Formats: sequence, C-alpha cells, structure tokens
Amino acid sequence: MAELSHAQEMKERLTPSLTSGHPSYHDVTEAVSIISEVKTHRNWYIALAITTSITGIMGLMLAYLVATGVGVWGNNGPVGWGWDITNFVFWIGIGHAGTLISAILFLFRQKWRTSINRFAEAMTLFAVACAGIYPAVHIGRPWRAYWLFPIPNEFLSMWQNFRSPLLWDVFAVSTYATVSALFWYVGLIPDLATFRDRATTKGKQLAYGVASLGWRGSATHWKNYEKAYMILAGLSTPLVLSVHTIVSFDFAVSILPGWHTTIFPPYFVAGAIFSGFAMVVTLMVIVRWIYKVEHLVTMTHLENMNKVILATGTIVGYAYATEFFTAWYSGNPYESYVFFVSRATGPYAWAYWSMISCNVISPQFFWFKKLRTSLPFMFVISIIVNIGMWFERFVIIATSLHRDYLPASWGYFRPTFVDILTFFGTFGLFLTLFVFFTRFLPIIAISEVKGMMAQTHHEEHFLDEAVAASEGKQPVGAAH
Amino acid sequence: MAEKPSIHGLVADFDSPDKLMDAIKAARKAGYSKMEAYTPFPIHGIDDAMGAKPSILGYLVLCGSATGLTIAVLLQWWTGAVDYPLVIAGKPYFALEPSIPIMFELTVLLSAFVAVFGMFGLNGLPKLYHPIFNYSGHKAITDDRFVLVIEASDREFDATGTRDFLAAQGADKLELIEA
Repeated sequence: MAELSHAQEMKERLTPSLTSGHPSYHDVTEAVSIISEVKTHRNWYIALAITTSITGIMGLMLAYLVATGVGVWGNNGPVGWGWDITNFVFWIGIGHAGTLISAILFLFRQKWRTSINRFAEAMTLFAVACAGIYPAVHIGRPWRAYWLFPIPNEFLSMWQNFRSPLLWDVFAVSTYATVSALFWYVGLIPDLATFRDRATTKGKQLAYGVASLGWRGSATHWKNYEKAYMILAGLSTPLVLSVHTIVSFDFAVSILPGWHTTIFPPYFVAGAIFSGFAMVVTLMVIVRWIYKVEHLVTMTHLENMNKVILATGTIVGYAYATEFFTAWYSGNPYESYVFFVSRATGPYAWAYWSMISCNVISPQFFWFKKLRTSLPFMFVISIIVNIGMWFERFVIIATSLHRDYLPASWGYFRPTFVDILTFFGTFGLFLTLFVFFTRFLPIIAISEVKGMMAQTHHEEHFLDEAVAASEGKQPVGAAH
Repeated sequence: MAEKPSIHGLVADFDSPDKLMDAIKAARKAGYSKMEAYTPFPIHGIDDAMGAKPSILGYLVLCGSATGLTIAVLLQWWTGAVDYPLVIAGKPYFALEPSIPIMFELTVLLSAFVAVFGMFGLNGLPKLYHPIFNYSGHKAITDDRFVLVIEASDREFDATGTRDFLAAQGADKLELIEA
C-alpha cells in the first residue's frame, strides 16, 4: 500500500493551502482527487502483488475445501463449529464500525465523522465480503448455497426453516451487505462526478461518467439526495444493531451452557463496534501516513475513535464479568462449569486470558490523553484489540462446545493448515479491495467535507473549529 | 438537426454559496420562477429560497417499508403453515415472535431499495445528456463553483434583461447555453 514518493508530489500541490490549515473548497477537491490522479507508483503494484498473492492462497484453500469437503477443517465432534464461524463473526463485527460512523454518527450530527466515513464504509463492505465467504463454503456444497434463500427450485422440495436463527442470519447479513453497498454508492455519486469532471483520459471519463450516472449537482438533485441519505442512515442504524443481535441469536437461541444467555445481543454489538473502531484506527494510521491526509483526518478524529474504543472495551469487560456473575448466581452447575472451568481455568484458559488482556486491559491505557494521541501506541493497541476480539469469538465457540454433558465425548479443537491459511487469505482479500479502493475512488467524501466547511460560514476557521466543536469547547459558528 | 439550436437558459456563475443564495432570492423577487442552481455540495436553505417543494421520497420509502413487511409476513406464514407445514421441535407452524427478525430485515431491505432507486427516479438518473453540460465551465460545478441557471422558458426571461439582472448580482461569468 506504500506510495511514499507521492508524498513529495502531493505536498508540492497542496502547499501552502492545506498545510497552513486554511483550505478552500478547491483545495479539498485537489487533496482527495490527486490520490487517484497521480501516476500509479511502483509500490502500488508491489502492494497489489502481495495482497493478491495472499488472496490467492485463500482461493487455493477454498478450492481444496470444495473439492475435498469440510473435513479438511479442524471442525469435528464435539467442536462442530470452529474457525469458520469464529472468522465469520470476526469479520462481520469489523464491518460494524463503518456503519456506525456513516449512519449513527450522521444522525447524531457528529461533524468529525465526515472525513473518515467513506473509508469506514469501504471497510464495512470489504469486511462483509470476507465474512460472506464462510457461510457460503461451510455448508459443504457451495453450489447449493442458494438453498439458504427461499428460491423455489426442483432440487429442494421443501422450504427453509424460518424458525431457525441461522436463517435469520442469512437474511440479516445479506440485507446488511446490500444496504451497506447502496449507502456507500449513494455517498460516492457526487464525488464520482467530481472525478468525472477532472478526468484527463477518455477511459476515465467514460468509467467515472457511467459510475456517476450523469450527476450534475442541481438543487433538485441535492434535495432528493439528502433525503435519501438521511433515510438510509436512519435505516442503517437499527440495521447494524440488528445484524450482530441476530448473529448472537445463532448462539443465544440454542440451549448450550455458555451460549444460552440473554446478554448476548448487546454484548455482541458492543464488541463489534469495539473491534470495528480498532480496525478503522489501524487502517487510518497507515493511510494518513501513506497519502498525507493528516489535515483532513486529524488527530482529533483518531482520538475520538480511541475514546469509542475505550468506552466499548469497558462495556465488553463489564459483559464478561456479568457472564461470570450470572453463572454463579444461577446456581446451575453446567453454566458455572463453562465459565469457571472451561474458560477461566480449563484447557482453553490461555485463550480466555489472552482475550481478557487484549480486550479489557489494553484499551484502558486510552484513559491517558498522551497515550490515546500517540500514533505508534494507538496503532499497536488497535491491533491487539482485534486479536482479542478474534479470541472472544473463538472462546465463546470452542469453550462452550468442547466439553459435552458426557465426559466420553470431550475433545479439544485444533485448527488445520487449511483453517489457518484460509483465515490468513481473507486478510489478503480485505487488503486487495482496499488497494483498489484507494487507487480508483475518492477515499474521503469530498462533497461532505465541503458542505461541512460551508456550514461554518468562514472557510478560514474550518479546521480550528472542527477541532473545537468536537471537543465540545464551543459550538460551530460561534467563533465569528 | 438543421434547426437552429434553441436556448436552454442563461448561466450565472458565482464563487460562493452566499452570493448564489442572494442571487436566487433576488431572482425570485424579480419574478423569475423557472430556475435551477448547481452546486458542489448541498446548500442549506436553497430549496426554500427557490420555492421548491420538499422531496416526496419519504412517502415512497414508506410504501417500500410496508411492502417489505407484508412480504415477510406472507412468506413466513405461507411457506411454514400452508405450503409445507413441518413440525420442528414442537414449535407452532407460524407465530409472530420468531418471524420478527425477518420482518425487520425485509422491511429495511425494501425501504433501502426504494430510497436509492426512488432517488434515482426523482432525479432522472442515470442521464446521458443535460443542457448544463453545454456550459463551458460546468466541470467546475463539482469543484468550487456555484451556478444559477434562469431558464429560457421562464416568462420573465429576456436575453439582455436577464443578463443585466444577473450581472448586477455579482456573477463572475454569464453564458447562454443551448438546450
């Protein structure tokens, strides 16, 4: 993803307007467009080669899986759900921060979201794409994946079981993927028109021209556009909460100790936001560094995200404690066994305490302003948080399954190389999509940033005010 | 196409949203009614200034929501209780509680489709041609220019009179565009 030598070229074109902190509308257009307009750098091809190779590994593993059967994974009695579901929930959770930033923060009029929402929405889509692979292949016969949907066909002479949370999940995830894609695309249209109008080659003109659908920015266009955007934000807000709620139903609706608990929906949603924000921080730190957009994605943005990580990490820690309390207070020996033995002291204790260290302890450092505004520190913590959140899903799944009511059927889950390489490969897919995104599409919502600047009436004070407003020191517009 | 191309309207190009807004208000005052503004980002209050009606998209989406909800109820009831009733864990063939997740999801899905494609429909997108693209400076509209077009079909429109009027509003550039 490195295009370091672009920095010089960009800096020359942006200096002094952006670096002095007084951007005009045109400067914003330049700052974002140039990322896609400079000549493709050698490093971009290197990055693409690396990420597509990793994606290729995933492709090989999936081909092997489909040709051989799901037995190539470590899933086996008693742990019938292994890394496939763990990774599915992990990726879906990461996607949630994108929707949260684009929809919920929009409804709450959080101005600071403007320069990161495009990027976070892209992350949602790419994460959901990675997640979608698992349910599609874990069914064993992916060519029959359409059986998951109520499509009449000559092979399946019955209907889907609408009383099963697994089918709810099919609807939740596919709706989420569709609505996120629509939301993202609607937001992109005005910026694609900007790219169209700046295009220098016939090919670009045609591609961006088709993609922007003939957008011309008329007042009528904006009127309906803003309405559509508001409605989509309003729809996405309950939708994103419903998705991880329904994902948690996959577990909570069962009667297995460790899964059968009403705390799951809010606890899963908090965890999803937690991991998603951590992923946005990881990616944003890299992108700011490569593309030199520090003046659009400021330290305030990163600090705010770190505050969200701190808050949601604390909620997640509270949920872990509540689970233990409930297990003890219920007096149910099986419930207590899952938590006090299987998780805290049993063969999976290493995974459990890794989860606690990563998810509960590590975000607490963000109480200190110095730490939450340090780029290297937040980068490391954001990665640790995602490792921890992966462990959370693994712990929930493996510890609850590995010891049955009959000691004769106890077991221990071990992943195979196919499990490991497939998961590794999904990161390749995620990053490949990002590499393309940062090359060809506006990575910052140009028209939204301009609209935000206009709201402050005086362009000169835009950045100072954005900082002050998000820190709650003064309302925007009051400085004049 | 041997006919002389007709005129779509007169373009006035401004460098700030405030000037555009003032020009719109002045134009309305002067009796112009057929006008359209073109801007790089949505401008607060521009619809009121132009006397435009609020978007009807919300009502369309409501129809989409109702359709999605209805489909979800009928789908779950008909497949589970009518077409192929199957006893699973002694649960009823159809009940409201387990149907809620899919009712919710399909409501959201159809609402979102209507929101997006309804917006396309109301905005006439995709569109291959529009007279504004004949304006020599149209490419700057998606960058940092704020354009007002008074259409030739307006009763008050008069090539010289309207030009003088818009020049007085502080337009940096005036241009007649073909339809």
